[in-house]
Amino acid sequence: MGVPAGYFFTREHEWVKIDGNRAKVGISDYAQHKLGDITFVDLPTAGKQVKQFEVLTGIESVKAASDIYAPVSGKVTAVNSALESAPEAVNKDPYNSGWMVELEITNTAETANLMDSAAYDAYVAGLE
Amino acid sequence: MGTKNTVLFNEHVKLNALMAPFAGWNMPIHYGSIIEEAKHTRSACTVFDICHMGEFYVTDDPAKPSLDAAITNPVAKMKNLTCRYGFLLNANGTVIDDLIAYRMADDRWMIVVNASNIDRDAGAISSKLSKEAAFENVSERTAKLDVQGPQSLAVMKRLVGDSIKKLKYFTFDTFDFLGGKYIISRTGYTGELGFEVYTDAAKAPELWNWFLKQPGVKPAGLGARDILRLEAGLPLYGDELTGETTPLDAGMEKFLDFEKDFTGREALLKQKKSGVARTLTGLLAEGRRQPRHLNKIVKDGREAGFVTSGVFSPHLNKAIAFAYVDRGMAIDGTELTVVLEKGETKAVVTTPPFIKNTSIKYREE
Repeated sequence: MGVPAGYFFTREHEWVKIDGNRAKVGISDYAQHKLGDITFVDLPTAGKQVKQFEVLTGIESVKAASDIYAPVSGKVTAVNSALESAPEAVNKDPYNSGWMVELEITNTAETANLMDSAAYDAYVAGLE
Repeated sequence: MGTKNTVLFNEHVKLNALMAPFAGWNMPIHYGSIIEEAKHTRSACTVFDICHMGEFYVTDDPAKPSLDAAITNPVAKMKNLTCRYGFLLNANGTVIDDLIAYRMADDRWMIVVNASNIDRDAGAISSKLSKEAAFENVSERTAKLDVQGPQSLAVMKRLVGDSIKKLKYFTFDTFDFLGGKYIISRTGYTGELGFEVYTDAAKAPELWNWFLKQPGVKPAGLGARDILRLEAGLPLYGDELTGETTPLDAGMEKFLDFEKDFTGREALLKQKKSGVARTLTGLLAEGRRQPRHLNKIVKDGREAGFVTSGVFSPHLNKAIAFAYVDRGMAIDGTELTVVLEKGETKAVVTTPPFIKNTSIKYREE
């Protein structure tokens, strides 16, 4: 799966897609592939405040438990509750139905600390 | 010592398997999805590369085999063409390995052992055999494929013919096909109807590819195997069975034949009298969060044991685990807390198997 355009990425393989003052967060196809079958996504409670690169939440796969870092600062406004019973959406469709958290953001300039799709593509290619 | 490849390594690469080291071997963990492979095994038929495991042949006195004193299996009492599960123990009763003995003939046994222990087991067993007995480690030249799942009998019938139907649970025989000789037992490590096939390493790629061409048959890796064996309540050497634990700790007394002498017997008789401090039990977690190896178990704020292995069960949609817990708590329904790497999860003591009414109960009409 190629890296879709319009997303920004952390070095820890989270993605963020920004639409106005809302930002959806998930993990990349590379990350889901490395983690293997996702069995649990710990969905944070609405209202939680998080700063860029702080721990936002956690996920578990058949292999390991991992932290998910916030790609941008913000306040949790929604979570993808479909993942409670079907976390495999993160494996099957990481960039769309596998989204985890929606944040309300105030500082879109933080994307300067992230990679765009082309840069992330090159970053991942360098890891292989 | 470098990591070894099984004779099927190239087949796994062709199938895009995720390979990882296990017990000194470079093994397929999955071919895409551990969970899908576990589900497929319980609904259809799966083939596993188990070539890493070890096989020994022992030729010994048919009436009083010296092998009898080396392992806990009642080797002298076994009927020909039957298999028995048992242990190779230290003098203090702790586990060197768990194994399956196959009685090939009055005076001949095959012993199947775990990959990580082959050399140690070979030394421990052969050192206890009489001068008249012969011991041969054939692990290097022996391939093993496991064919497991409700459709495995139909698949094996296509390969072997109707004669496969005579194999009852934990029996075996030798069969000729594809220009080779095969030992096939109705055994497995999944809790499903299934077969384990032993043959010359050179025949393995042809056999593997024959299976994969059959409709409904898919390959599965060690990840799925771990889920399946835990759902079936089967312990794993290295997790539940170790050099620190005895078969009594693991609640596996039925695999000890105290009527005969075997290494570890005295220590185990003593332990039987005093009772075990902690005992192996199953845990059914409240949700999907997985207890993992060596997570602590707490009851009423006090440490009460530790997890030996845990997985997410795709058939229960909950996590399950094996754990050693204080004897008094190993009672079905007892609620415990598992301290995870982050946070904790509640779990209920549950006697395995976690999955019941599988195809393993199959009986030929």
